[in-house]
Amino acid sequence: MIVYILCFILFIVGLYGVVTKRNLIKIIIGLAIMEYSVNLFLILIGYVNNGTAPILPVPDALKNKPFVDPLPQAMILTAIVIGLATTALLLSIAIRLYRKYGTFDIRKINSLKG
Amino acid sequence: MNSLIPLFVIVPLGSAFLMAILGRFIKGFGKFLTSFGLLFLTGLSLYFIFNSQGTLVYKVGGFEASAGIPVAIYMVIDGLSKLLLLIIALIGFLSAFYSISYTKQYTAERKFYILFCLMIAGMNGIVISGDIFNMYVFLEIAAIASYALVAFGVEKEQLEASFKYQVLGGVASLLILMSIGFIYWQTGTLNIADISTQLPTSGAFIKFVSILFIVGFGLKAAIFPFHSWLPDAHSSAPSPISAMLSGVLIKAIGIYVIFRLFFNMFPISYEIAMTITILGTLSMLIGVLLAIGQWDVKRLLAYHSISQMGYVILGVGIGMVVLSKGGDKTIAAFSILGGLYHLINHSAFKALLFLNAGAVEYRTGTRNLKRLGGISQKMPVTSATSFGAAMAISGIPPFNGFFSKLIIIIAAVQAKFYLLAFFAVFVSIVTLASFLKVQKYTFSGKLKPAWEKIKEVPFSMAFSMIILAGLCLVLSLLVIPGIRDIVLKPAVDVLLNTIQYTTTVLGK
Amino acid sequence: MKGMTIIVKKITQIMAPIIFLFGIYIIVHGHLTPGGGFAGGVIMAGAFILLILSDGSILSSLRKEESGLEFLESAAIMGFLIIAGIGLLISGTSVFFINFLEKGTVGKLISAGVIPIENIVVGAEVCAAVSTIFIALVVFKDEVSK
Repeated sequence: MIVYILCFILFIVGLYGVVTKRNLIKIIIGLAIMEYSVNLFLILIGYVNNGTAPILPVPDALKNKPFVDPLPQAMILTAIVIGLATTALLLSIAIRLYRKYGTFDIRKINSLKG
Repeated sequence: MNSLIPLFVIVPLGSAFLMAILGRFIKGFGKFLTSFGLLFLTGLSLYFIFNSQGTLVYKVGGFEASAGIPVAIYMVIDGLSKLLLLIIALIGFLSAFYSISYTKQYTAERKFYILFCLMIAGMNGIVISGDIFNMYVFLEIAAIASYALVAFGVEKEQLEASFKYQVLGGVASLLILMSIGFIYWQTGTLNIADISTQLPTSGAFIKFVSILFIVGFGLKAAIFPFHSWLPDAHSSAPSPISAMLSGVLIKAIGIYVIFRLFFNMFPISYEIAMTITILGTLSMLIGVLLAIGQWDVKRLLAYHSISQMGYVILGVGIGMVVLSKGGDKTIAAFSILGGLYHLINHSAFKALLFLNAGAVEYRTGTRNLKRLGGISQKMPVTSATSFGAAMAISGIPPFNGFFSKLIIIIAAVQAKFYLLAFFAVFVSIVTLASFLKVQKYTFSGKLKPAWEKIKEVPFSMAFSMIILAGLCLVLSLLVIPGIRDIVLKPAVDVLLNTIQYTTTVLGK
Repeated sequence: MKGMTIIVKKITQIMAPIIFLFGIYIIVHGHLTPGGGFAGGVIMAGAFILLILSDGSILSSLRKEESGLEFLESAAIMGFLIIAGIGLLISGTSVFFINFLEKGTVGKLISAGVIPIENIVVGAEVCAAVSTIFIALVVFKDEVSK
């Protein structure tokens, strides 16, 4: 149970970074931390105590043996790819914003109002 | 027929990457391929609406269910999906055709169409997916393409809006992913139909996951407390993209998924139904109140999107409340019908309004209402179509918006939600006032000297606007029972008979 | 972008081919061991990124590289889509993503039908995509600092 709580705390740390930080890059880091905590959570769901890797070198190799659930692993692999795309896009937008405004401070990036 | 279902994803995905390969050698390849692809998809979805009955299930990879447990990724097409597919393809086609002239101002035209096709692929994927994780993946494809498209102008405002949209969208995606994790933890499956048989009927777990889903998809759909990104993103994007975002994207990746999950996957509960209805009412009210003071025409339209989405959620939410209390099914059906009808109508008139705003901006270079004035003499087509759309969104007969709003209001009265009915009428009046302001400041009055030299927009833009204006009138015909039964009734039945989805998909 | 010292350059030049080869190994054994297209592709891209970082490069050549990589990426995705779509054209089955090749015996390198081919295509795609992201960020950074 304690791992799930730690995982949740990691999520909150990321959310704290997103909500309170004023630097664009730090916001992106906060989002990345949240993403890792969710990935960790998904991996923990599929974990089985003393389980082996779900690989079949020969047929029936896993018969009557505990093995970890492979589906969450496939899911987080997809989630990591998506996270890579989002983070790359966010970083490139942040660089472009820096070029336009000359700062990473979100308080000074405020041309949209109302 | 079943083997045609993957085409909804293959065609836009294939054309996107074909453009990336061939587009650099053949000039203008992207624009025409996008339009043709979407025209084909429109035809395909019409074919599905008129020629198929009931629910079609397609198993990717050909893996059959073993011992009653679904193994493959399911693609499911039922009445609701068909409706959404038609809207996506049709509005997508008209926006793409409009873009042929509009995107001449951008240097990287090819990339615009690649991202456009990816967005369509993502939305189609969400709508036909019968698997909750697959839905998440397609949602991210559509969302990432839309983030990039919002920032396409690479000006200050676009970049800022895109950053805001991405951060909030990223948080929403993570909440959705986390709730998918919880669902998998509890049920050990990802298939929506299978999940609904495995979930407990009540308890803290269901409520917790429901709230996570409402927050996640509410952020994507810009329901009231989560709406702050929408006015920025939708007003900063290029106009055809604004039309796609407001007209289709928030419906496909937000509203549709909420309806699908809360009707067909979760057991219907009174508390959740009430939460959804109240959030819908609040977004209806707050959206329109925030829209009053706007002078940027696209920003005003974006706030109205929040408000009009509130109508859709209100209509379907009332149906959900009635169903959860075990009330009269005809009232629930009527209310859901109103909500879904308004969803179609909104995509037609809001897309048209954004295209109109884009046409005005294309010729004058400004979106500020105070600087515009009297341009109806110079741009008659834009002015006329904009008038039609404004009447439709404010609910003036014989335009389509009137009938759907009327149905929602009557259903609210029948279900004894008198306050909500009053709010719906009130919001409609404020909407009318707001759009009379737009019409007055943009098109009527004396022509300002700055706009003496402007011309009507090019053919492709005018064509899309005229077709959409025609749709605003033609869609009124959907109230006639015979036509309603073909298009709307299957969609309503999907939501009304909540358990039927599970049984038909699993084939039990 | 400037390069690094001679020590780093030399070591990277020795290591990069080995890393690249390891990436290929991971990709082609994707259906037998953990790994596969994505992991192997990232490793291959890592070899490229190391070389660019250590040896330094001229911006204009990076731009040219980027457009070539973009082409490879799109071509790889098209290849994947075609492999998946062939199933639709096969008469009788018409199933998207069907494994239409001979499956072979479990544990052999050449087995599992189309999965190794899909892995190779995905590997090429990911390698191109990750390198593109890196190069794009380098180009952006250079534009800003000018």
